[in-house]
Amino acid sequence: MKPAPFRYHRPATPAEAWETLAADPGAKVLAGGQSLVPLLSMRLASPPALVDINAVAGLDAIEIRDDGVHVGALVRHADLLASPEAGKVQPLLARALVHVAHPTIRNRGTSVGSLVHADSAAELPAVLALLGGSVVAGSVRGTRTVPAEQLFVGPLESSLRPDELALGAVFPALPEGAGVAFGEVARRHGDYALCGVAALVHGDTVKASYLSVSDVPTVVDLTGVPEEELGDVALQHLDPVGDIHATADYRAQLVRVLTKKVVRQARLDRLDDREAR
Amino acid sequence: MTTKLMGQKVQRTEDQRFLRGQGRYADDVAVSPDTLHCAVLRSPHAHARIVDIDVSGVLDVDGVHAVWTHDDLEGAMAEPLPLLIPHPALTEGRTQYALAKDEVNYVGEAIAFVVAADRYLAEDAVSRIEVTYDFLPPVVGIDAARAATNLVHPDVPGNVAARMEQSTGDVDAAMRKAPHTLALDLTVERSACTPLEGRGTVARWDPDTNRLQVWTSTQTSTGVRAVVAAKLGLDLGQVDVVTPDVGGGFGVKINHPWPEELLVPLAAMTLGRTVKFTEDRREHFISSAHERGQVQHIEVGFDDDGRLLALDVQFWHDHGAYIPYGLIVPIITSTQLLGPYKPRAYRVVFESLYTNTVMVTPYRGAGRPQGCYAMERTMDAIAEFLGRDRTEVRAANFIQPDEFPYDQGLIFQDGRELEYDSGDYPAMLEKAKALIGWDEFPAFRDEMAAEGRRVGIGLACYVEGTGVGPYEGAHVHIETSGKVKVATGLTTQGQGHQTVFAQLVADTLGCRFEDVEVVTGDTRRMPYAVGTFASRAAVMSGSAIHLAALRAREKVLRIAADALEAAEDDLEINDGVVSVKGAPLDGGAAIDLGTVAVLSNPLRYAFDEKSRIATQFSVGDPGKPPVADDDEPGLEGKDFYSPERATFASGMHAVIVETDPDTAEITILKYAVVHDCGRLINPMIVEGQIHGGVAQGIGGALYERMAYDESGQLLNASFMDFLMPYVTEMPDGIDIDHLETPSPLNPLGIKGAGEAGVIPSAAVFASAISDAEGFPITAMPISPSELFALRRSLVEPVETEDPS
Repeated sequence: MKPAPFRYHRPATPAEAWETLAADPGAKVLAGGQSLVPLLSMRLASPPALVDINAVAGLDAIEIRDDGVHVGALVRHADLLASPEAGKVQPLLARALVHVAHPTIRNRGTSVGSLVHADSAAELPAVLALLGGSVVAGSVRGTRTVPAEQLFVGPLESSLRPDELALGAVFPALPEGAGVAFGEVARRHGDYALCGVAALVHGDTVKASYLSVSDVPTVVDLTGVPEEELGDVALQHLDPVGDIHATADYRAQLVRVLTKKVVRQARLDRLDDREAR
Repeated sequence: MTTKLMGQKVQRTEDQRFLRGQGRYADDVAVSPDTLHCAVLRSPHAHARIVDIDVSGVLDVDGVHAVWTHDDLEGAMAEPLPLLIPHPALTEGRTQYALAKDEVNYVGEAIAFVVAADRYLAEDAVSRIEVTYDFLPPVVGIDAARAATNLVHPDVPGNVAARMEQSTGDVDAAMRKAPHTLALDLTVERSACTPLEGRGTVARWDPDTNRLQVWTSTQTSTGVRAVVAAKLGLDLGQVDVVTPDVGGGFGVKINHPWPEELLVPLAAMTLGRTVKFTEDRREHFISSAHERGQVQHIEVGFDDDGRLLALDVQFWHDHGAYIPYGLIVPIITSTQLLGPYKPRAYRVVFESLYTNTVMVTPYRGAGRPQGCYAMERTMDAIAEFLGRDRTEVRAANFIQPDEFPYDQGLIFQDGRELEYDSGDYPAMLEKAKALIGWDEFPAFRDEMAAEGRRVGIGLACYVEGTGVGPYEGAHVHIETSGKVKVATGLTTQGQGHQTVFAQLVADTLGCRFEDVEVVTGDTRRMPYAVGTFASRAAVMSGSAIHLAALRAREKVLRIAADALEAAEDDLEINDGVVSVKGAPLDGGAAIDLGTVAVLSNPLRYAFDEKSRIATQFSVGDPGKPPVADDDEPGLEGKDFYSPERATFASGMHAVIVETDPDTAEITILKYAVVHDCGRLINPMIVEGQIHGGVAQGIGGALYERMAYDESGQLLNASFMDFLMPYVTEMPDGIDIDHLETPSPLNPLGIKGAGEAGVIPSAAVFASAISDAEGFPITAMPISPSELFALRRSLVEPVETEDPS
């Protein structure tokens, strides 16, 4: 469990980082390393070079702007989870982040890193997809904003180009009168979920986003669907598969149970919110 | 009078070190940059012939010092590894080579060994070795092994290494006459010990003294020493094996030698450098050992009270690709299956089967969890059949307190009669029922049902033969400083031996607890020892230490009596000071242990304060030699303890679980343990052992399994996919009650406690989940997904039948 040899770069600015990425093709970005380092150690990945962005200035801020929560590429899950401002502007963040692995992993792992790792079993990609957020990426060609619906293109595959560096992400603010909720079932606390659901209820609109039951984070519009049919309607858009931890059948059952439960919680969240005001 | 420490909740003295990160494990030895490191090329295939191994791409790599395959091994090193525990029934015993010769039989089997400047380079080199394989069909799982369409070893027909039968009474006749009979088919899957520290070995050859020094993470340093000497052609006296701190063993580290335990010392001698191997987690999953996999068929005859008239058990035990540890696990299953019960007639037949998977050696519980599961599932089935309370059926079958010693009429793992020494099972059951709230449960169930919640209660009983022989020894040395140095040869992997053994020495010798220092697992200090397994350390080394301390005490009193001009019988030792009983310490005649130690050695160079104090005393007879014929210099005591047979601890666990009607998730609401390990040395440590055992048992029952696919690949060889439970999966507290029926077999009346917590887990959870769900659970472990599937197959088809 020792990585194969690689070149190591430690740029100090975003520009230096993307110049390095352009100059050393195949290089991978190292931020929190909670997914990348195990892959390296087990030699499941052997990139020729790593670009460690931990010394890049200006990427560690959580900013609240009109359009939502802006999260820099070096913001750790634990920081975002602990941010009262972020929690107020978009409460779904904290509700999902408590399910991200364990405190020690959250202390190191970055939220933006989780997004661009594009694991459909991870919580934050599903949250970004549900909220219609985006990722800002930079390269020698300049910066661009990639909306969530264009970000997740396949299993563990984002639409970022190999020489692009994710600089941050935007999680839209919760609109007034809307409600959100998150729920998942995992074998052990902190494990990847067997199935997870994030829900957003706004006016008549009901949307749910799923993890671990499709190749990419999948948002399903459940507006107008009766409560008893929510799960089955969602399943028409999902593809639960079996593995050593659960059968496809069981995951489908979790889709039904969790969809009903989480949508109900999101509705209550909306009401609670209204009463609080 | 010094307070006796036996039975006191003395804080573990080793924890300050461990909790502050000051433990010193095998990987912490020889951290110099001069140390060489190893990596092993392991088979990626479950069953194949090796056509060719090409190491040419590695030899010229900078930093690589050696690359070995089987062709490079000579003499005893080229022979198969030893079969440690032969048995007449084990007619087809096969063991692996240190490096595979011609064929591989499981994913993970060692093929080539690389020594390099660091582990990174060693792994780089391993990845450049090219092996050509000729694939053979793999045999995975008990069904495939029994079918024997393919063979693991071509010369072992039916994949059967051993078939063994034991019986008492005429089972066939008793079964025919029994008023009721039932049959059960049960399975238990594999799990593994998974200690936090994997295997690790460091070796250094000293050409100046012609000696080999080995540090290894083992449960038997004397065993490793003997096999290293034999395999490397050294005299025993040239090999020292030290077991440093060990980060858990749970059984896997009693197996020896591992290939690396021989290859590392060989490399150290060959290369003249200190060489280290530290196993990584994936290697531990695929190249150490697993346990537990069995398929069982039980037929039982019983009367209207549920009394066992005939018990007929067959089981098939998956021991993996090789069987170095012999039949210990299935023999324990077959004998300890009886637990606290006394069937009129019993027959058990097992077959131990080869498969192309990691080999099986004892894992905490060592076959008992499977035996307990078979017996307790049977008890529940009888209760269900008769409509009786599950505890009543068990009570009807208990061996009664006045029936001890009770001979079950079988031969146990140690080759001795399976004779229980003491216990009180009816009293234990009453305690267990009270602790879990057995009689109050129906009301609780109704209350929960009203809220739409589903709960179940389960109970399981076991008996555990602990403290098996043949012997352990101890050496107690009182230094002139008054410090008491104690050595026992078995090893320590975190149990708290330093604490409990010091308690025993302080009590027996009369010294201060703080003055006792215990060394374990160092062959330089105690060359004759067996090892730490079978819940034997407290019983075996505890007894030996007590006896050795008594010998030291006798000598202390003899010398002190001479010095103080008093009769030995008039003396007592408190807090390390010998004085005349009843006399005031200040001004009365008294002498401390350090001074006695000075007097014990007629060579009186004065090195320290104690030597000066000693000059005021006069001992010995000037007309006789300074060291008498039957005496020796120094203040030491040494003794061995060797019991005639194992001592039998017992216990009962009960659990209340909740099963989610929608998600089939299983939650533990309450867990209760009543435990009898004879006289308790340190209740806090015993309870810690039980907590750890219960945690490991919960893992085995509800989370862990070895997920092999049909080709023999282990799909979950990491802690991400092998679901060892976290503390978050543990119940909020484990209620423990003790019963103390002293063992008559040792001077302290103690029984072993190390494995107890894990034994009834599969049984007790199967019982409780069955109770909650209303259908029998016959395969363990069980996951929510599997419980959901069972509901679908057993319950819902009936409900969804079209009434028209």
